[in-house]
Amino acid sequence: MISVLEFLARLAVWLFLAPLLPGIINKVKAWVAGRRGPPVLQLYYDLARLWRKGVVLSMLTSPGFIAGPAIAWVAVLAAALLLPLGPLGTSLSFRGDVILLIYLLALARFCTAWAALETGSAFEGMGAAREVSYAVLAEAAVITAVLTLSMQSGSVSLSAMLTPSAGPGAVLLAVGLFAVLLAENCRVPFDDPNTHLELTMIHEVMVLDHSGPPFAAVLHGAAMKLLLFSVLLVQAVLPVGELSVAAASGAMIGGVLLVTVAVGLTESLTARVAFRRVPLLLTTAFLLCVFALLIAWKGGAA
Amino acid sequence: MNDWLNLLIGLAMGLNLVALGTGRLPSLIRVAALQGVVLGIMPLVIEHELRLLGVAVAVATAAIKGLVIPALLRRAMRTANIDRDLHPLVGFLPSLLLGAAGMIGAVVLAHRLPLLPEHHESLLVAGSLASVLTGLLLLIGRSKAISQVCGYLILENGIYMFGLLLMHSVPLLVEGGILLDLTVAIFVTGIIVDRIQRAFDSLDTRKLTVLRE
Amino acid sequence: MRELLLIIVPLAAAALAAIWPDNRTRPWFLPAAALAHTLLAFGLLLFPPAAPFHAWFGCDPLARAMLPAVSLLFLGCAAYGVPYLSLRAERSNRVFVPAFLAALGLMSAAHMARHLGLLWIATEAVTLSSVPLLHFNNTPRAFEATWKYLLVGGTGIALSLLGSFCLGYASLHSGGAGDLTFAGLMSQGIHLSRPWVLIAWVLLLVGYGTKMGLAPMHTWKPDAYGEASGIVGAMLAGGVTTVAFTAILRVRAVVETAGAGVVANRTLMVIGLFSVLVAALFLLSARDFKRMLAYSSVEHMGILSLGAALGGAGLWAAFFHVWNNSMTKGALFLSAGNIRRAAGGRTVDEVSGMSLITPRSAALFVMGLFAVTACPPFGPFFSELLIVKSAFATDHGWAAAFFLGCLVLAFFGLTRVVFAIVYGRPRQAARETDPRFRETLAVIAPPALLLLLSLLLGLATPEVLRQAWTAAVQQLSSTP
Repeated sequence: MISVLEFLARLAVWLFLAPLLPGIINKVKAWVAGRRGPPVLQLYYDLARLWRKGVVLSMLTSPGFIAGPAIAWVAVLAAALLLPLGPLGTSLSFRGDVILLIYLLALARFCTAWAALETGSAFEGMGAAREVSYAVLAEAAVITAVLTLSMQSGSVSLSAMLTPSAGPGAVLLAVGLFAVLLAENCRVPFDDPNTHLELTMIHEVMVLDHSGPPFAAVLHGAAMKLLLFSVLLVQAVLPVGELSVAAASGAMIGGVLLVTVAVGLTESLTARVAFRRVPLLLTTAFLLCVFALLIAWKGGAA
Repeated sequence: MNDWLNLLIGLAMGLNLVALGTGRLPSLIRVAALQGVVLGIMPLVIEHELRLLGVAVAVATAAIKGLVIPALLRRAMRTANIDRDLHPLVGFLPSLLLGAAGMIGAVVLAHRLPLLPEHHESLLVAGSLASVLTGLLLLIGRSKAISQVCGYLILENGIYMFGLLLMHSVPLLVEGGILLDLTVAIFVTGIIVDRIQRAFDSLDTRKLTVLRE
Repeated sequence: MRELLLIIVPLAAAALAAIWPDNRTRPWFLPAAALAHTLLAFGLLLFPPAAPFHAWFGCDPLARAMLPAVSLLFLGCAAYGVPYLSLRAERSNRVFVPAFLAALGLMSAAHMARHLGLLWIATEAVTLSSVPLLHFNNTPRAFEATWKYLLVGGTGIALSLLGSFCLGYASLHSGGAGDLTFAGLMSQGIHLSRPWVLIAWVLLLVGYGTKMGLAPMHTWKPDAYGEASGIVGAMLAGGVTTVAFTAILRVRAVVETAGAGVVANRTLMVIGLFSVLVAALFLLSARDFKRMLAYSSVEHMGILSLGAALGGAGLWAAFFHVWNNSMTKGALFLSAGNIRRAAGGRTVDEVSGMSLITPRSAALFVMGLFAVTACPPFGPFFSELLIVKSAFATDHGWAAAFFLGCLVLAFFGLTRVVFAIVYGRPRQAARETDPRFRETLAVIAPPALLLLLSLLLGLATPEVLRQAWTAAVQQLSSTP
């Protein structure tokens, strides 16, 4: 009974806190630009509005158009539930669950791309192609980061893996993971979530034809993914697991807020890079993780 | 002492990767200059007691590598009216990956080589080899004369780093001579770059193809 | 002290020439300084000074075996330089003459350097001082050649510095005090750390091999020799390469005492044979007679390293060949300079019938061709014969056979180009390009004398030289 309650509490945390992050980012951006900006809770209003609306379907679509966002949303949520929350641990843990996490995220991306292709529009196909090709490079960085963590801890289970090390390795890992976070969540400098030109879009162009509740699922899923990566980044760098529950939640909330603000600042202060430079940037992130891995390996040997 | 030194070497190695990844000539020149300054600081970190002569050499290195030569290169860049190496012979991504692989190889190789006990923890050999490789990659892979000169600078930086291993044994006279020669070499190169610019109206060394079989 | 004069006299002359106001009389500094240098060098050859064991500079047997050859070649070039520069009176020689003289002083320093660091400094300085010589013509092609020379040569020289440091570290690692004199390194002998010695050998061989022009680091050579004027080409081919060869020999002696002599000899032999092969193949397709000379130089550098790899008698023959190479290359480059000037072109498509336009230079060029392809009775025939003999004597028959095969190919390539430009009917355009050019005694005598010296070396090798070479071989192979 307790465990069921705890599970529900976790679910609620992920579901209800996630849409806060894009709101904070937008607020930071508005603040840097000297505007008042939309309210922090804007995404909640949007989600509520979309939930009430009907769905417009093209004549070309198959049920995959609806199923895609739904499966993607469930996959992201499942991945989020695998992630331990500091000293609280996780509700479900087994050897190699980190691999499942990576695969769930990949499944979510696949479903989004699949739904995009279902529309039969050239723009959506283009967006899907870009998203997937960047994801290949970002995934290399993620896997290297995971390898680094498991090298540091000697474990392949998420709850035991998130034991960060101090020193230059942690810095490299943090920078690399932050770049991955930006790329995976389609933020500047990889993608611009606010762009208005379909030709330059990546993620946004994939979901152009979605409407109503499926679109709400897409937006909510994206917010959850952002939260997931922030939590992962914080735990990979800060030794949250060793603190007491209260201190850990404070550190976690502070860390996630810091990451969110950093994302907002990055978006305000840097310009989006040209498409052909993106692979270079992602490779840099990958290399940072590789060097973190190298340091973890060398440190382990010595 | 070793920690600070290793931090500086790590910084220099990071700058190597930046140099390989950038196509903009001003940032390439800045990277080379910054690396020169980092190198200039290293002797001060290594020395236990500071001697006037050692400080002088360090300051001279930092000034020449960090200020004089970059200024020369910037002038050449302005007169040639270019700021990008748009069509490198080896792309930025491959050269970045090659550089990173070379860096890892350098670390591994440095571990295999027999070192004196006081150099076991130091990254000097690895950093030196990585910089030499980076310099060679830039020399081979870039098409603009200025990028190649920057590559040469980074190559020299790597050799300088190796020279720090011998700092206590190589007499300062030799060091001074070496530094002087390098400086003159870069100056002569700079002048030739200038002449090439005037003769060919471009600093693209791919245009230097009159002479071949 | 006498040996330091070899460095000081040319450098002082260079400084004087740099401030000398008159463009017309400045070239006379060249023969004056060259004559003094030659007299000094031969004085040292005949009356050797005692070189202190740990001195950084010294006219040791190795320097005595090499330096007079460079000095003689320079004298020839300097004598030729006066009429050459008077033909180029439209250009200021305020940089050219001092740079040429400084190159002589620095080459002497590099020959006599008994310290790894000093050797590097001197070699690098020679490279830099030859840069203004290369782009004397100021054409875009000359700049292209200079750029390649700087880039390839600079990289090579940088690698040799890294190699020097590695050798220094090898000494430091085995408990040495970081004494970088060759004598000090050799006295550590077998105790030098082997991995570092091997790395150092590779880097130094690549570095100084670039300077010497061994394949595959020879790529700058055709461009530089093709664009440089005759005297500069002769100096590069006969002088600068000798500097690099001396450096390689000194390093090899250290590597040998460190117990890696077998590896060193094998790499030298492979790289030498590869150079000969590459040169022979490129000679077969050469169309430009100055670039042809460059490939011929690559071939002869290969022969030198082959001789050095064989050791003992082979090394002795290599010293012999250094002299022959300097003399014949001097004669060839200077007569080629005459032909180039009279013909106004450099490729077989533009030039032919030079035996009618410049009969004396053409005759010298053909004789030089026979000398350089090792036809008896010129010197190169005897030195190459000795190398082949010592190859057979040391069970390297396959190397000798390969070498002889390449020589035949090179012979075909060289004769094809030379006869194409010497015989046939003169091109109309060629006769009108440079009406000022006359085959005066001043431009014919230097190559003729150098060729005569090559003949003399072959027919009657002076006893004093034989002894000098033997002493140098002993110096390099003395194992403590």
